[in-house]
Amino acid sequence: MSVLEIKDLHVSVETDQGTKQILRGVDLTINEGEIHAIMGPNGSGKSTLAYTIAGHPKYHVESGSILLDGAEVLKMTVDARARAGLFLAMQYPVEIPGVTVTNFLRTAKTAIEGEAPPIRTWIKDVRQAMTDLRMDKAFAERNVNEGFSGGEKKRNEILQLELLKPKFAVLDETDSGLDVDALKIVSEGVNRAKTNTGLGLLLITHYTRILRYIHPDFVHVFVNGRIAEQGGPELADRLEDEGYDRFLVPSNVG
Amino acid sequence: MSAASALSKSASKTVPAPSTPAAESVLPAGQHGIKEHSDGRFGYVPVQTRSDRFKSVNVADFEAVTGREAVWKHSPVAKFTDLTAGGLDGSRYPVESTPSADISVAWVPRTDARIGTAGLPEERAAANAWSVFDDALAITVSGEEAKEITVTRSALGINARGAHTIIEAKPFSQATIILQNTGEARLSENIEIILGESANLTVVSLQEWDDSAVHLANHFASVGRDARLKHVVVSLGGSIVRVNPSVRLAGPGSDTLLLGLYFADAGQHLEQQVYVFHDAPKSRSRVNYKGALQGQDARTVWIGDVLIGNKAAGTDSYEQNRNLVLTEGTRADSIPNLEIETGDIVGAGHASATGRFDDEQLFYLQARGITEEEARRLVVRGFLTEVVQQIGSPELEARLQLAIEAELIGTDDK
Ligand SMILES: Nc1ncnc2c1ncn2[C@@H]1O[C@H](COP(=O)(O)OP(=O)(O)OP(=O)(O)O)[C@@H](O)[C@H]1O
Ligand SMILES: [Mg+2]
Repeated sequence: MSVLEIKDLHVSVETDQGTKQILRGVDLTINEGEIHAIMGPNGSGKSTLAYTIAGHPKYHVESGSILLDGAEVLKMTVDARARAGLFLAMQYPVEIPGVTVTNFLRTAKTAIEGEAPPIRTWIKDVRQAMTDLRMDKAFAERNVNEGFSGGEKKRNEILQLELLKPKFAVLDETDSGLDVDALKIVSEGVNRAKTNTGLGLLLITHYTRILRYIHPDFVHVFVNGRIAEQGGPELADRLEDEGYDRFLVPSNVG
Repeated sequence: MSAASALSKSASKTVPAPSTPAAESVLPAGQHGIKEHSDGRFGYVPVQTRSDRFKSVNVADFEAVTGREAVWKHSPVAKFTDLTAGGLDGSRYPVESTPSADISVAWVPRTDARIGTAGLPEERAAANAWSVFDDALAITVSGEEAKEITVTRSALGINARGAHTIIEAKPFSQATIILQNTGEARLSENIEIILGESANLTVVSLQEWDDSAVHLANHFASVGRDARLKHVVVSLGGSIVRVNPSVRLAGPGSDTLLLGLYFADAGQHLEQQVYVFHDAPKSRSRVNYKGALQGQDARTVWIGDVLIGNKAAGTDSYEQNRNLVLTEGTRADSIPNLEIETGDIVGAGHASATGRFDDEQLFYLQARGITEEEARRLVVRGFLTEVVQQIGSPELEARLQLAIEAELIGTDDK
C-alpha cells in the first residue's frame, strides 16, 4: 500500500521584502485510498504546501521531508515526482501556447508510463473521459488552457487526473469558480478516479460545499502555515458554521 | 481587425502599427511573460511612401552604409562591410539541382531581358551584388503539371560574393522551387521572381548555412494577373542571415502567401524585411512569420511593410509576426507597417506579438511528467508547426520538423 508522508515541513519564499516564512512545520500522512481535506483561510499557505509537494522552484524547503513510499520526494525533479505518482491539480492552470490538449495528454501519458500508450485504447479513453466531464470534443484540438474559462480549466485538470492515474493527487481549490453543475461533474470525475485507481487525495478547499460530493475521511484546518486542528468530516461542518475565526484570534482562554 | 476602416480616403497614410492588446493576447504567453515590442516606433512616420524609396542598380549611387539607415539600423553592419563596401566576386559558382522536366536551370548573361523586371536594389549591398554578377542563374518553369525541384548551393566558400538569380514561372505553369543553402558563405544576392498570368509558384529559400556564414538577400517578386506566389523563408543556420522579400502584386486578382520560419540561437542574427505592394485591384496577401529565439544574444528582426496603392481597389491583406522567446538574453524586434492609399479595401490588418515560454509553463508541463527538454520541444514544435504545415511539400516539411528539433537540442548542448 502506498503512503505519502509529510514531516515537519518548513518552507519559505523570496520576496522583495526578503525571505518570507510560509509553512511552519507541517505534518501529514496520507494513505492510498484516503481522502484528506485541507481547509483554511486565504494566505494560510495551502497552495504553498501543494506547490512544494509538486516541486515548484519558487518555494524553498528549509527543513523537513516528504516521503513517497519511503523515497525522498524533495530530492526529485518536478517531472520525476509526477512519474513517481504525484499529481497536482492547480488552482490556476497555466496556458501553453502551441500545444494542443491531445498532443499534451499523449506526451504526458507517454512520459509517465515510460512508453507510448496503445493508440486505439488511448483515443477511446480520452474520448470517454472528456464525455464524462462534459467537455466538448473541440477541446482536444485547442491549445492547453488557452482561452478556457475558469471552469473549463478545472475540468481539464481533472481530465488529466483521470487519464494519468497518479497514486496521490493534490487538488488545489479545484472547486473554486465552479457553478453547482460543474462542481458535480468535477466531483464525479474525482470520485471516478478514486474508484478506478484507489488513489489518495489531498483536497484543498476554502468551502465545505465540495465536501458534499467528495467525502473526506479526515479534515485538517490549516492556519498560519501549519495544521491547527484535525478531525473527521464533522470538523468541516463545524467550520461551515463557525468559520475560521476561533483559529485566527490568539486564544487567551485558560 | 480592420485598421483600414478608420482611415481617410485621401492621401497616403501610415498606420503606426499600434501594439494592440488584442494582438498580443493571441499569444497567451503574454499572460505570464513579456512582449518586447520593438524599439518604440510609435509615432514613427516614414520619410516617404514605401514605393518611393530610391532605387538603383549602381552601387556608386548609394552612400556608404553607416548603420543609421532605415534598412540597416537593426543589422550588425560592421560585420559585413565586405558585402556593402568591398569588391565582390561575381563569377559563377557550383550549383546542383534535382532533375525536373519543364524546369530548366541555366546560366544566362546580364543582358537577359528578364533582368530588372521584378525589382531593383534599394540598398547598397544589393546594388553591390547587382553591379558585379557575370551571369545570372535562371530557373525557368513551364508546364501546367505540379512539380518540384531543389536547387542547392553548398560550396560558395568564404570569398565575398555577389550573385543574381531569376526565377520565372511562365503563364499557367506550376511548380515548387526549393533553394537550399548550406556550407560557408559571404554572399550578397538578388533574386527576381516573375510570375506570368495564372502561374502558381512556390519558392522556398532555405538557409541552413554553417555557423560563420553571412547572407544578405533581396527577393523581388512580380505577380501577374490571377497568379499565385507562395514564398517561404526558412532561416536556421548562419551567423547573419538577412532575407528581404518584396512582392509586387502587379496583376488584378494576384495573390501571395508569404511565410517565414526562423530559429535564432546564441549569437545569431536573423532578419527579414518583408514588403508587399498591392499595385492592382482585387489582389490578396497574407504574411505569416514565426520565430523562436534561444540563447545569449540570439537576435531576430522582422519588419513587415504592406502598401496598398491607389490602383489596388478591393484588396485584402493581413500580416502577422509572432516570436517565441525560450531563454533570457535574446532580442526580437517586430515592426509591422501598413500604408493605405485607397479607401476601397476588403480588409487590412496586422498583428505582432512576442511571447515568452516561461517558468510557469515549464513547471506545468513538468508537473505532468514531461522532462524539461521534451517540454521545450513540445512548445516550439507546436508553435512553429503552423508555418511548416503550410509549405505544401511533405518531404520538406518532415525534414524541417527534424531540423527544428536539432536546433533545440543544439543549444541544449551548449
Ligand atoms: N512568490 C511569493 N512572493 C511573496 N509572497 C508569497 C509568494 N507566494 C506565496 N506568498 C505568500 O505566502 C502566503 C501563503 O500563500 P498561499 O498561496 O500558499 O496561500 P493559500 O492558503 O493557498 O491562499 P488562497 O486561499 O488565497 O489560495 C500568502 O501570504 C502569500 O501572499
Ligand atoms: Mg491557494
